[in-house]
Amino acid sequence: MKPRHKRLAAIVAGLALIVIAAALVLNAFRGNVVFFFSPSEVAAKAVPADSTFRMGGLVEEGSLKRGADGLTVQFMVTDTAQRIPVVYSGILPDLFKEGKGVVAQGRLGPDGVFRASQVLAKHDENYMPPEAAHALSKAEAEKAAQSVVVPAAGSR
Amino acid sequence: MAIDWFRFGSPQAFFPVAGKMVPWFAFLAVAFALPGLYLGFFVAPTDATQGESYRIIFIHVPAAWMSMFLYLVMAGWAGLGLVLNTRLSGMMASAIAPTGAMFTFVALWSGALWGKPTWGTWWVWDARLTSELILLFLYLGFIALKAAFADPQRADRAGAILALLGAVNVPIIYFSVQWWNTLHQGASVSLTRAPSMAATMLAAMLLMALAAWMYSIAVALARVRSIILERERDMAWVRMSAGT
Amino acid sequence: MNWGSLSDFLAMGGYALYVWGSYGVAALCIAAEVFLLIRKSSR
Repeated sequence: MKPRHKRLAAIVAGLALIVIAAALVLNAFRGNVVFFFSPSEVAAKAVPADSTFRMGGLVEEGSLKRGADGLTVQFMVTDTAQRIPVVYSGILPDLFKEGKGVVAQGRLGPDGVFRASQVLAKHDENYMPPEAAHALSKAEAEKAAQSVVVPAAGSR
Repeated sequence: MAIDWFRFGSPQAFFPVAGKMVPWFAFLAVAFALPGLYLGFFVAPTDATQGESYRIIFIHVPAAWMSMFLYLVMAGWAGLGLVLNTRLSGMMASAIAPTGAMFTFVALWSGALWGKPTWGTWWVWDARLTSELILLFLYLGFIALKAAFADPQRADRAGAILALLGAVNVPIIYFSVQWWNTLHQGASVSLTRAPSMAATMLAAMLLMALAAWMYSIAVALARVRSIILERERDMAWVRMSAGT
Repeated sequence: MNWGSLSDFLAMGGYALYVWGSYGVAALCIAAEVFLLIRKSSR
């Protein structure tokens, strides 16, 4: 073997080892690199107890209630299977809306209410002008009215 | 037809070729950026959910794409240098690194300024943002490591190993939004399905991405020329052309 | 055309700080990189 080929073989072998190692590490991480838990996981007690964690899902339509002080809000976070009530006092991001994605950080009280210290909006990857969004939601509403099948929730 | 690629692999032959290409790619960068900015700010409509803040996308996404792509190109050149022992490869890798780091910084910066009004935070440690920050450290580490060696050949070799190791991070950045729960949304544009953007928005973004591409080529070629001059200053051909 | 006036355009629907902050810093970075390159190659 020429030195050039030897070197190539050594590098290919080294790279293969790195890829395998990375794949193993990634696989181990896969379940652990969790930015937020879903309401179903929270309901199933699959989250670290007595500690701060994040919960993500959709703000349930019609569940948003504003307190008398104008700062405290209460809403349901749902993944369409489970719903968890959230109480938060503070400024909400611009994109916070009923039916849209949300990630709340806080603790779960013994009463099953999630007390959030921070609420972040999670938006989707769709960008469209307001007219198109309006037409889309109208079309969806018509479709929903025609069929009895519950439409799937938007992608997380 | 046989082109002797190895001839262009020599710094001496590449130097004038690169010099001729720089103004062309610089011109193309401007020629793509101007209509891109015009479309992005004056033609593309307001976004239904984000209002005008979404216009950050026209700088954020091209910068983020270039940050990942340039790393792969840099690692490719570095790896080629490791295998073939060509002088030019290591110089090309060095020439790309600062531009890659610059685009990574711009992606992180514009992302923070976009996240604050839309998500409600400048920064979160989710998988996408964290892995992009690691990319910035990889670029800076690559630059610092190469600068630490007095002998350019050893610098090339050490840099190449770091660049190749770090290349694992690029697919992690790209797929992080699919593999894990992240605050960052998924990709709007991918090869596997139709883009989820209005046509003018997409056109503006692609033009800006092309501009970033052309800019990167122009800057990398200009930089590789000054690296060639610096490294080969003791060679006869540099002395001849310098007129000493 | 999206904007009624120049001040409309500059206001960016209330997101001026974020939009112009992104483009401004990007422009600065690019200008700095080009400036450094030209200075280095002219020496």
